[in-house]
Amino acid sequence: MRTLHKFHGGVHPPTHKTESTRTPIVKAAMPSRLVIPLHQHVGNRAIPTVQVGERVLKGQIIGRPEGRLSSAVHASTSGTVAAIDMQVVAHFSGMPDLCITIIPDGKDEWIAHGGVDYKQTPHTELRHILRQAGVVGLGGAVFPSDMKSYSNRHEIKTLVLNGAECEPYITCDDMLMRERATDIVRGAEVLRELLYAEEVLIGIEDNKPEAIAAIRQAIVNDGHAHMEVIAVPTLYPGGGAKQLIRVLTGIEVAAGVRSTEMGVQCFNVATAYCVWRAITHGEPLLSRIVTVTGNVADARNFEVLLGTPVEELVAQAGSKPDTDRHIMGGPMMGVDLPSGSVGVTKATNCIIEGSPALFPPPAPALPCIRCTRCAEVCPADLQPQELYWFAKAKDFGKTQEYSLFDCIECGACAYVCPSHIPLVQYYRYAKSEIWARERDAQGAETARDRHEYRVFRIEREKQEKAERLAQKEKAAMAAKPASAPAPAPSAPAAITPADFDDTLQFRIDTAVARAKEQAAQAHPENTGTLAPQQQAEVAEIEARRAKIREMAADAGADDEPPKQS
Amino acid sequence: MLWSSPFITTPVSVSQIMLRVLIALIPGIALYVWYFGPAILVSITLASVTALATEAVMLKLRNRPLKPFLSDNTALLTAWLLALSIPALAPWWMVVVGTAFAIAISKHLYGGLGNNPFNPAMIGYAVLIISFPVHMTHWITPHPVGHLELTFAEQLSYIFNGALPAGLTLDAVTMATPLDTLKTQLHLGLSVEEIRDMPIFGRLAGKGSEMVAAGFAIGGLYLLATRIISWHLPVAYLASLFVTAELFHLLDPAHYVTPLFHWFSGAAMLGAFFILTDPVTSPTTLKGKLVFAVGAGVLTYLIRVFGGFPDGMAFATLIMNICVPLIDAWTQPKVFGKKGAGK
Repeated sequence: MRTLHKFHGGVHPPTHKTESTRTPIVKAAMPSRLVIPLHQHVGNRAIPTVQVGERVLKGQIIGRPEGRLSSAVHASTSGTVAAIDMQVVAHFSGMPDLCITIIPDGKDEWIAHGGVDYKQTPHTELRHILRQAGVVGLGGAVFPSDMKSYSNRHEIKTLVLNGAECEPYITCDDMLMRERATDIVRGAEVLRELLYAEEVLIGIEDNKPEAIAAIRQAIVNDGHAHMEVIAVPTLYPGGGAKQLIRVLTGIEVAAGVRSTEMGVQCFNVATAYCVWRAITHGEPLLSRIVTVTGNVADARNFEVLLGTPVEELVAQAGSKPDTDRHIMGGPMMGVDLPSGSVGVTKATNCIIEGSPALFPPPAPALPCIRCTRCAEVCPADLQPQELYWFAKAKDFGKTQEYSLFDCIECGACAYVCPSHIPLVQYYRYAKSEIWARERDAQGAETARDRHEYRVFRIEREKQEKAERLAQKEKAAMAAKPASAPAPAPSAPAAITPADFDDTLQFRIDTAVARAKEQAAQAHPENTGTLAPQQQAEVAEIEARRAKIREMAADAGADDEPPKQS
Repeated sequence: MLWSSPFITTPVSVSQIMLRVLIALIPGIALYVWYFGPAILVSITLASVTALATEAVMLKLRNRPLKPFLSDNTALLTAWLLALSIPALAPWWMVVVGTAFAIAISKHLYGGLGNNPFNPAMIGYAVLIISFPVHMTHWITPHPVGHLELTFAEQLSYIFNGALPAGLTLDAVTMATPLDTLKTQLHLGLSVEEIRDMPIFGRLAGKGSEMVAAGFAIGGLYLLATRIISWHLPVAYLASLFVTAELFHLLDPAHYVTPLFHWFSGAAMLGAFFILTDPVTSPTTLKGKLVFAVGAGVLTYLIRVFGGFPDGMAFATLIMNICVPLIDAWTQPKVFGKKGAGK
C-alpha cells in the first residue's frame, strides 16, 4: 500500500456530482454555427489559414500554430467559413478575441486522416502530431501538450495522471474515465514513453469508485506495468496539479518551479485520451466532454464540438427560465461567462447554469476579524488574511513578500470566510496591478532605450555628415592644385600643402567637437546640476543598467536596441 | 450582477461565531449566579445595553451601516467579558463607563471591528481598576462562605443607589478576591499553608470562584470541540502559567501556591478560553499564537505574584496585544514548496 501525503488545508464543499452522472455521455446536437476562437491555449494565437466563404472539412486546420509555444485549431465539423472576426470569448474579462465562425453543412465530412504506431515513430514526430492535432491540457490550463511531453532521458521519474476532479459539480473526467478508460491508459502509456517516465500514478478522488474500477480494469486488460491507480481523499483542491503531486509523491513544487525539475510531470486524464486519439487515429482535438449542470432539468455530460455556442448546448440539458448566469468551470474557480453566445473551447469542462436560488448574491462583507479560517484551509500555506490586508492597502510590495504569486486562486479562503470577504478578487486585483506596473516599467525602459538610441543615432549621423563634408572638401582641395597648378588669384598665395592639411584637420576636429557638444546637450540626463557624489551614483546606476541590457542582449532578447558603446 | 469565483460560501458568519462564544459563557455565568447571587446578571445586562448603545452611536458618527455591525454580536461579547471581569456589585455607572470606554475608545476610535489592537474588554477593565481601585476590590462573598447574604433586591439597590440595608457595611458582604487575600496575607508573614486554611479557600482556589472558573473551562472545551477556537492559545497559556507557577512552588512552597491555584483563580480560565482567543487582538500564525500565549502566561504570573494589581490577566493580555504585529511578522510560516529551502 502506497503512503499518501497530505497538503495543508482544503475544504469540503457539497459536491453535487451525482446529478450529472446518472446517464452516459451523449453527443450534443449539431449546432447552428460554431464560433471557434483561435486562442484556446497557452501561448501564441493560431494564425488563420482559411478565408471567409471557404468550405472546410471536419478536422481541417483552420488556424496554424505560431511560434514554439502554440497549438493548431481545427474545424470541428465540415461547413463554410462565415466570418473571421473579433467575438466575445469564454474568458472572464469579456474581451473579444479573433474567432472563426463556421456554418456546419450537416455532413460532418472528415478530412483524410490516419494514425501512426507510436512505438515505430520517433518522439519528435509524435510531438509534432500532437501540436498539429491541437492537443492541449484539458484540465483547464490548456498548455500545449507537445511542449509538456518532452524530457531529457531519465529526467522524469513519475508521470502523474490527474483524474481527481475535485471541483464540485464537474463530472466530465469521471464520465470519461468510466466510459473510455482504455484509451486513457493507452494515452498515458504514450506520454510515459515520450517522457521516459518510470511510473504512472493515476490519482482519482475516492468519491469516484466507478472511475477507479474502470481505469484499474483497463490497466489490467492491457497489462501496463508501472501504472497504478491511487484513490486519493476527496478534499478540495486536491485536483490542483501541485496538490495532487504532493499527495501522490510527497513532492512540493514551489511557485515558479517546473515540476519536471523535481522529476514529475502531470497530465489530465482527458488529455491522455486526446493524445491517444490523435496519435493512433489521427483525430485532432475537435470535441470534448462538457458537464452541463446546475439550474437545468436534465444535468448530464455531453460530447461537444468545440465552438458550439454555450446557449445551444445548455438548451439540450433543459436550462430553466430563471437562469441568470452561465458559469464555465466549477463554483469554486469558474468564470461567469460574459454571454451565452460564446463557443465552447478546449478549456470548457463544465457549464453550470446559475440562478439566484442556486448561487445567491454574496452577503455584504464585514471587516476581517483575523480569525484565520482562511489560513487554515489555504492549500499553498499562505496567510490570506495578511494578503488581503496588504492588497486592500495597495501595499503590493508586501503582498509579494507574503508570496501572493504562490496563490492558486482556488477560493478555499473566500469559501470559509465568516466575514464573506471576496478574498480571491483582492488577490486577482493585486496580481493584475503588479503585472500592469511591471509592464509600465518595462514600457518606460523600452521608451528610454529608444530615445537614447535616437539621440545616439542623430549624433552619429551628424558626425558622419561632418566627416563626409570634410572629406569632400579635402578631396576637392586636393584635386584643385592638381588641375590648376597656378594659384588662383583669390587664394592666399602663401598656402602650402602642409598648411592646408593643418587647416583641414582643424576643420574636421572642430566639426567633430561641435557634433559631440550638441550630442551632449541633447543628452536626456539632467545631471549637470548634481553634486559630484550624486553624479557618481548616477554613473554607477547607468553602468549597471547598461550591463543588464548587455546581458539581456547576449541572452538573445531580440527587441533590444544596439549597444551604445 | 457579475461577481467572480468562488460562487459558494459556507454559511458561517461573524455573528454566528460570536453567538457561539456567548453561549459558551453560559455555564460559567450560571455557576456565578449559583455562588454569588443574580447581581452578575444585572451588570451583564447593564453592560450589554451600554455596549449596543455606544456601538450604535459610534457607527452613526462614523457613517457606518447599523444593522450588520449591531447584529455581529461582538459588542455584546465585549460587554459580557467586561462584566465578568469586574465585581458584580460594582455601581451601575462604573459598568457604563467601562463598557462605553471599551466600545467607543478602544474599538471604534481604532477603526471598529477588526481593527482594534487591544482587547476592548481588557481596556475597559484597565480603565476601571486604575480609576476606581477601591470599588474594584469589593467582590461578593460566595454563598457557602458568607454569613450575611444580600437578597436580589438589596443587590439591585446597592448597584443603582449605593445603599445597603441598615446596619450592614460593605465589608460584611464583600471580600477581596482569593488572589488578593493570598497576596496580603503573605505580606503579613503567613505561610501558604496557613492562608489556605482560611474559610474563603476551597479545594483548588477560592470557594465559589473556583467553580465559576471550572464553568468557563467547560465553555472553553465546547469552543474547542466546535472548532470556534484552536487549542494553541488556551493550551499554551495554561501550560505556561502552570510551568511558571510550578517552578516557584517547587522552589519555595511556603510562599508560592500551587499551579492549580493559579489556574482556578482570577481570570485565568476566562482569559485562556475567551479573552486571549479574541481573534482580532491575537496573532494569526500558529507559532505566533504559542509565543503570545506563553508570554501572557508568564506575565500573568509575574503581575499576580510580584505586581501591585490583584490579578494579572488583563495587563498580561494588553502587553501581549502590543506585541502582536511583531510576533506575526516574525513567525510567518513557510509557504508550499518552500519549507525545505533556507528562506
